[in-house]
Amino acid sequence: MHKKRLVSLIAVASVTALILAGCSSGSDSASDSGVPKVDMMKELGAGEGQVNLVAWAGYVENGSTDPNVDWVTGFEKETGCKVNVKNGATSDDMVALMKTGEYDVVSASGDASLRLIYGGDVAPVNTDLIPNYADIFENLKMQQWNSVDGVAYGIPHGRGANLLAYRTDIVKPAPTSWSSVFDVNSPYKGKITAYDSPIYIADAALYLMETQPELGITYPYALDQAQFDAAVEVLKAQKPLIGEYWGDYLKHVASLKSGGTVLGTTWQVNINLAKGEGTKVEGIKPTGGSTGWSDTWMVSSKAKNPNCAYMWMNHIASPAANAGVAEWFGEAPSNAKSCDLTADKNHCATFHAADDAYWADVYYWNTATEACLDGRTDVKCVPYAEWVKAWSSLRNS
Amino acid sequence: MLHSLPNFFHKNQRLRLIALLTTPVLWLVVAYLGALAMLLVTAFFTIDSFTGNVIQQFNLGNFHDMLTDAAYKNVVLRTLGIAISVTFICSVLAIPMAFYMAKIARPRSQKILVALVLTPLWASYLVKIYAWRTMLEPGNGVLDWLLGPIGINSPGFGGPAIIIGLSYLWLPYMILPIYAGLERLPNNLLDASGDLGAHNFYTFRKVILPLIFPSLVAGSMFTFSLSLGDYITAQIIGGKLQMLGNVVYQNFSINLPFAATIAMVPVSIMALYLYLVRRTGALASM
Repeated sequence: MHKKRLVSLIAVASVTALILAGCSSGSDSASDSGVPKVDMMKELGAGEGQVNLVAWAGYVENGSTDPNVDWVTGFEKETGCKVNVKNGATSDDMVALMKTGEYDVVSASGDASLRLIYGGDVAPVNTDLIPNYADIFENLKMQQWNSVDGVAYGIPHGRGANLLAYRTDIVKPAPTSWSSVFDVNSPYKGKITAYDSPIYIADAALYLMETQPELGITYPYALDQAQFDAAVEVLKAQKPLIGEYWGDYLKHVASLKSGGTVLGTTWQVNINLAKGEGTKVEGIKPTGGSTGWSDTWMVSSKAKNPNCAYMWMNHIASPAANAGVAEWFGEAPSNAKSCDLTADKNHCATFHAADDAYWADVYYWNTATEACLDGRTDVKCVPYAEWVKAWSSLRNS
Repeated sequence: MLHSLPNFFHKNQRLRLIALLTTPVLWLVVAYLGALAMLLVTAFFTIDSFTGNVIQQFNLGNFHDMLTDAAYKNVVLRTLGIAISVTFICSVLAIPMAFYMAKIARPRSQKILVALVLTPLWASYLVKIYAWRTMLEPGNGVLDWLLGPIGINSPGFGGPAIIIGLSYLWLPYMILPIYAGLERLPNNLLDASGDLGAHNFYTFRKVILPLIFPSLVAGSMFTFSLSLGDYITAQIIGGKLQMLGNVVYQNFSINLPFAATIAMVPVSIMALYLYLVRRTGALASM
């Protein structure tokens, strides 16, 4: 009996100690409204020998996917920084990965960047240490999603629109608008796909902007309760049409190839991969516009390899690397000089790199906040945390 | 000095016990109970709605959200349904197989059969589920190709696919304990039952089943708990269907406390299940 008590005493003591340790280690709460103070790098030192990246699939290619697609090996040789990459499937994944503090750099979309800045997970970027920053398109710099109070928090990477994918040999006539994925009488019922993330609610809101103007939605990331509920209703009605929601891009490509998915939202890079495997598939930006992304390379506030991180950010913003990514992923580059270096000389024209009119109806991913992002002050908007709950509820109902 | 160590421990029995038990107890307490305790504690935290940082403040909001949203009640019931179906299918398939292996097959083929039952466990879980994805693929999958001509279609991706996949994955975990239980069952009991005029089915119901019940329970604990916590199978062949594990997976990156709250559900169900099993007395005779 004595020993038994001893053992249970040890057990209780250890568990208590563990809980206390867990509590004290993470008590730097950031519930105040301001941006946590994080120091900016002053000068560049020697490389640390490696850099750990969190990136979208297709952003960091070292020739292992396609031997001709490689803008990493040269960088590794030149700087001695070995590149380790972890692909994030969604912005939420990326935010979670960056919170671990194990990664140095992230390619954050607009629905992640502000969360990272206000969460104190990323540091301001000293753009003087990034020579290639000078060549970035001016209208991508110092935007709402990559700077706060005139302080840059990252290097613009590139932008693109979420596309409507369809199998050209199956879906006839070719779709022209997003209504094709929301039509409850669609002949492709069960073979439609949607992106598996709360941010997809914005796609429904965008569809409502076109089809139900009386709701008064002007910006799909600024939804008051009534508008938000209407968007969720659209998604509920869409659910029976969906075969699979996609988060894993490889599974998505496989599904397009097998014909399990014939219609739905996608990225250009998936279209390229599927086409590369002989699938008859096309991706369009439908009438009425699309959601999209404008990504930013950001450096972690807890970066263990800050020098290599800066070297990487400078490298990926260089005309050659930027052209490589833009062409492989299928997006508009951020470096104005990239346009001369793409293999397809029309790439910048095709992706409207400098065509501001094209981007007018592309709504870059953004993080919804209670203060409406469209400037309305008479109502409260539904914050992103509620989007997450609604999406989780929708997916599990 | 080293050679005196055995002597030392022989004289100090208590120290010997401590030296022997420290590592496993630490492992059990820190890795198992510690993780469970953290889970329980985290379930009562909340997050900053904007940055997603965990705020360590006692709060029942997660439980309120989980209990009031019908979606989560559905996902709990769905997961339970799947786990029960998988356990049922596994038992129905495992009992005759184990019976053949233990009582009918010759000793040599017995060993081969045991090895065959074990072989699927050598392959990776993911490989097997992706194989099922190819087989179940509606329209051009292996099942449609094979059974289409006789009018049977693949169920496609969804609940039935998950049940098929999980039953396939966990079947060996059900066969082996039942086989072990049947091996211990003396043949003369079956003969006696037959001599006294009992039909095969009656013998099965009145003699075999009660005696292998503890084995069945042991197997069901594997199949039931493994199904309850699975999320990868649902992700790959579940179509748009989600199980409890998927809810945890979906939320852990965005809302860790809520994921912890959801994770408490299978833990509680398993605790309740073990309690019920204990009441039947099956654990004592295992």
